[in-house]
Amino acid sequence: MDRQSIEQLLWVIPFAPLIGALAIGLLCALSPKRGSFPSRTVVGFLACLGPLASFMVAGGVFLALGKSPETTPVHQTLFSWIQCGAFSINFAFEADRLTAVMLMFVTFVGTIIHFYSIGYMGHDKGYARFFSYLNLFLSAMLILVLGSNLVLMFLGWEGVGLCSYLLIAFWFDDEAKAIAGKKAFIVNRIGDFGFVLGIFLIYTTLLKNGPSSLEFSFLATHAYLLAPVATIASLLLFTGAMGKSAQIPLYVWLPDAMAGPTPVSALIHAATMVTAGVFMVARMHFLFDLSPLSGQLVAGVGIATALVAALIGFGQNDIKKVLAYSTVSQLGYMFVAVGAGAYSAGIFHVFTHAFFKACLFLGAGSVIHALHEEQDIRKMGGLLKKLPITGTTFLIAWLAICGIPPFAGFFSKDEILWSVFNTWGAYGKILWVLGLFGAGCTAFYMSRLVFITFFGKNRSSTAFEKIHESPPIMTIPLIILALGSVLVGFFGIPEALGGSNVFASWLTPVFGEHTSATHSNFIEYVVMALSVSVAFIGITIAYIKYVRKPFIASEPRGIAAFAEAAFHVDALYRIVLINPLFSFTRNILFRVVDVAIIDGAVNGIAKLSSVSGGLVRRLQTGTVRTYLYYFGAGAALLMLIVYIGKW
Amino acid sequence: MQMNVPMLSILTFLPLGTFVLLLLTPQGSSKLHRNLSLCVSLFVFLISCVILKDFIPTSIPQFAERFPLIDKWGISYSVSVDGISIFLVMLVTFLTPIVVLCSYKYITKNTREYYGLILLLEFGMIGTLVAADAMLFYVFWEIMLVPMFFIIGMWGGERRVYATIKFVLFTLVGSLLLLIGLIYTAWKASKGGHISFAISDMHNVVLSTKEQLWLFGAFSLAFAIKVPMFPLHTWLPDAHTEAPTGGSVILAGVLLKMGVYGFLRFVFPILPTASHLFAPVMIILSIIGIIYGALVAFVQTDIKKLVAYSSVSHLGYVMLGLFVFSLQGFQGGMYQMINHGLSTGALFLIVGMLYERRHTRLMSEFGGLAKTVPLLAIVFMVSMLSSVGLPGLNGFIGEFLILLATFAASPLYAAFAASGVILGAVYLFHLYQKVMFGPITKQENEKLPDLSFREAIIMIPILLLMVIMGLFPNPILKRTEPSMQKIIQQVNLSTMQTRDFSAALQQDQGSINHDR
Amino acid sequence: MESSAYIGLAITIFFIGVFGMLVRKSAFLFLMSIELMLNSANLAWVTFAKVHGNLDGHVYAFFIMALAAAEACVGLAIIVLFYRKRRSVILDNAKEMSK
Repeated sequence: MDRQSIEQLLWVIPFAPLIGALAIGLLCALSPKRGSFPSRTVVGFLACLGPLASFMVAGGVFLALGKSPETTPVHQTLFSWIQCGAFSINFAFEADRLTAVMLMFVTFVGTIIHFYSIGYMGHDKGYARFFSYLNLFLSAMLILVLGSNLVLMFLGWEGVGLCSYLLIAFWFDDEAKAIAGKKAFIVNRIGDFGFVLGIFLIYTTLLKNGPSSLEFSFLATHAYLLAPVATIASLLLFTGAMGKSAQIPLYVWLPDAMAGPTPVSALIHAATMVTAGVFMVARMHFLFDLSPLSGQLVAGVGIATALVAALIGFGQNDIKKVLAYSTVSQLGYMFVAVGAGAYSAGIFHVFTHAFFKACLFLGAGSVIHALHEEQDIRKMGGLLKKLPITGTTFLIAWLAICGIPPFAGFFSKDEILWSVFNTWGAYGKILWVLGLFGAGCTAFYMSRLVFITFFGKNRSSTAFEKIHESPPIMTIPLIILALGSVLVGFFGIPEALGGSNVFASWLTPVFGEHTSATHSNFIEYVVMALSVSVAFIGITIAYIKYVRKPFIASEPRGIAAFAEAAFHVDALYRIVLINPLFSFTRNILFRVVDVAIIDGAVNGIAKLSSVSGGLVRRLQTGTVRTYLYYFGAGAALLMLIVYIGKW
Repeated sequence: MQMNVPMLSILTFLPLGTFVLLLLTPQGSSKLHRNLSLCVSLFVFLISCVILKDFIPTSIPQFAERFPLIDKWGISYSVSVDGISIFLVMLVTFLTPIVVLCSYKYITKNTREYYGLILLLEFGMIGTLVAADAMLFYVFWEIMLVPMFFIIGMWGGERRVYATIKFVLFTLVGSLLLLIGLIYTAWKASKGGHISFAISDMHNVVLSTKEQLWLFGAFSLAFAIKVPMFPLHTWLPDAHTEAPTGGSVILAGVLLKMGVYGFLRFVFPILPTASHLFAPVMIILSIIGIIYGALVAFVQTDIKKLVAYSSVSHLGYVMLGLFVFSLQGFQGGMYQMINHGLSTGALFLIVGMLYERRHTRLMSEFGGLAKTVPLLAIVFMVSMLSSVGLPGLNGFIGEFLILLATFAASPLYAAFAASGVILGAVYLFHLYQKVMFGPITKQENEKLPDLSFREAIIMIPILLLMVIMGLFPNPILKRTEPSMQKIIQQVNLSTMQTRDFSAALQQDQGSINHDR
Repeated sequence: MESSAYIGLAITIFFIGVFGMLVRKSAFLFLMSIELMLNSANLAWVTFAKVHGNLDGHVYAFFIMALAAAEACVGLAIIVLFYRKRRSVILDNAKEMSK
């Protein structure tokens, strides 16, 4: 396909799933007897159609961008969205090579997870509703990725937030899940608060120097004008990223988000939506490049998040919660990379992470499915024998996340650590050490999860014989993703290992040349070896602790209990922020200001007039003669006044 | 450019005629009453569509009609529409059939009077918006009050008498000062010894700063009560809560906007200096309103009261947008008014539907309704998202433009105002979760009927408009822009030399003028 | 012409009427007192007309006579109805409105 025709088809990518979502939604809403028609097959078919179409067009975009010698992005303007004086926003899509990477894996993983969901959600009452939401999500995510300006990106940004809310609260009759959904949306809104202020700051700053626009292409060429406000603007945008990508202090929503169905956790809360923050920082890299300080802060927040989440991961016993904290932790690594200016390394980790984390989540879903909604790993064990495909794919993804070569995670994580090692001198070295430590922690808690779940003796309440492997519609996606977890890393083989890092050179037109190759290969080998050995140490400790000694479920004590309670961060927020604010509102603002002061004043005036009226009323006796006396007295008084006035 | 048919007079007086006609029909034939008023209000909507179709996006008043009433005092019957009023008129004519339709089941006694009063109210609202003569404006302004008084007082909830008296007293206090202010301005607008109440003449009055400050006090008190701005808002929750659904919808959808309209029509063009001097106060009050309304909304236990307080918050945005005096702010404020009419109107309709099913408005009485009334849940969700300003729906456009304009004027103000975006999500999602999600705790909620055909007919146009206005705001923005541009010129012209407002803002205007 | 005597007479009659209204309780006497006051006013009008030498005062006097006649009709009718209702013409008993 040539460039022109693919340019005309760009709109298909986000709109195909949207049409799917609307079609499913309308079919359900209009069907006379809910649930009977449309049948599950029809819904499933419709649901997979949109993502497939998007995937195909995305492939076309990818090829077109790969082929063409020019590196200008593919652009399609649909219509003028907001036009108000000098302020103008187009509803336009734009795809450069960064977008193409995002498009490829979002649509690919998205399609696979749609297939998986046909099996996983097969018996759920809200089957059609689920697919409608999931399609809507994919559409919003693709708008986020494809939007050619910040406002359109924000539309997708909020759209994915909404779908995330809807899907977390999918089983809404469970109050805890409904609350988890609400929490996710509100915490994201706190981030969005920063995001919109960042957009405003960028726009108004550019306005001082002539015409302004929020198109990415315009921003990239006029970034130098933003230099005076680069730190504040980039940090405001990063606040948005902190919300969406679950960084400290706004990460609290993501573990709770596991209340949603497992495919949702895989697609939205691991592979795609939560990486939107990283994507946004990479998209706005020209802004972050202008401020070294904000880069350092981003990396600092990233490494802190990576470590804290990894430590919390030690004490979690819910299979999905462990994975959730590991997602938070891996997102931290991605921010370390983009903070350090190694955007392609960050995006590479987004890319590989999408495969192995989706594989882990879907594997966990398969386990949960087999054990009839059991999620506590203390009640699992020995499952590898009963669930061979799930188990094997899970193990592959586990090795990938631990960073064992040659699995995908190794290459991306190593690239991140290597680029941090090379940036910022001492600060970079500290980050590297912490990152290395975090990698060890990751290996440990992931291994703990794997060993407790798949090895040892069965502790589940389901009879061991009755545990069955999932149907092919679920295992085939697992196999594909596991293959991906092995293979996608090879896109980024570093030059030190004789590769050419295809991934980084693909993105060079977007991010520019990342020059750091001043070190000899020897140091790179050492760094690489260190990170691999740290991973092995983590795995070994976990092996000794959970495989050599039989695992006994016991009440956690001390630090373990602290980690299990996620460091009591939720409780802290509640006590320090939320409760004071609302009790202040209820007791002071509403009861005192509104009811007592303002209403009191108004009602007081009303009371005053009614009391004074009551007094004056006594004068009205009802006898005409009394009035005559008043009249006479009044007339006399008037005459007196006139008489006195004469002098 | 236009036909010789007096479109605006027909539009205005058709509801009045129907009101009289309704009074002649026998009491008790409620079917006749509601069908007649539905047909007429739909027809009025059609007429307004024709007007909109022929409306030309300039700042010149269109469809003007004029003949003198009291020549000696310069009072005339003169009506016209321009970019400020056209979409508010549309909002009135759009919401009135919906209000009629939503009352079919709820209003069972005195239907003749109820529907008559709704039409009388429509007459008053359209009249207020199209009046091009200050005295005419004032007369219509007061006419609006009367039907609302009866609608709340006769068909309201338990504390309706308290609410309706509070409503009328608040509004009356303001409108008396308004009358004095109008007469004074008209007297100052005398041409060749002839006093003139024509609004266009008033716009040319030159007033000293001292006069402007006094008049600003008189005008803005009247209008700010109607908006309502903090701290003059306490009549609103009571009036909203006690009013029947239809009354709440009109109150939130249109009556509140009359205050904002007053600012646009009278305060800014006539009193530019005072507007600039008072701007910081008004902006701070607006921001307090945004945050305060949202916070207080959160602690309400009564659904309707929650929605009512959300109005305080939303109208805070509108006023904020106006008082930063830039095109984006004015346009955003204008857009936000229409948005608020749709989204809050929809929320009140939904609360009404819930009330008709369960006869309670307490949040704790609901829960898990998404299971029993899924369609209502969807409708509720979309309305709520429109209200929290989700991009892609109408609320976003208004909020975004307002906040952008505020940011250009002062980032600090914008930061405070934008926190309302978070709080808006907090109270509405809290409401939704309590009502629609969770387990069904009350037995009565298990067998509720879902959206009926009539209710679907009510809600679908509103939802469609929300989406359309969210994706294609330009047809509206384009038509309001020239008028807004004119007000900005009027309000900024006199103060250019006395007050340097904001560098970024001036720049913005510079580039806008450059565009043309 | 010496008008002060006429005016003095008019004032005297007027105050007799006022005094009558103040002290008598019967509705009939109340009505008669009003007639006295009206007639005193007529006298004053005519006097002043004479003083100023034009007819305005006479015209007003005729108006007042007509008014007095009408007032007497309506007033008497009210008294009759009042009597039918409560078998008395004492005005002080009628003060329901003040309760």
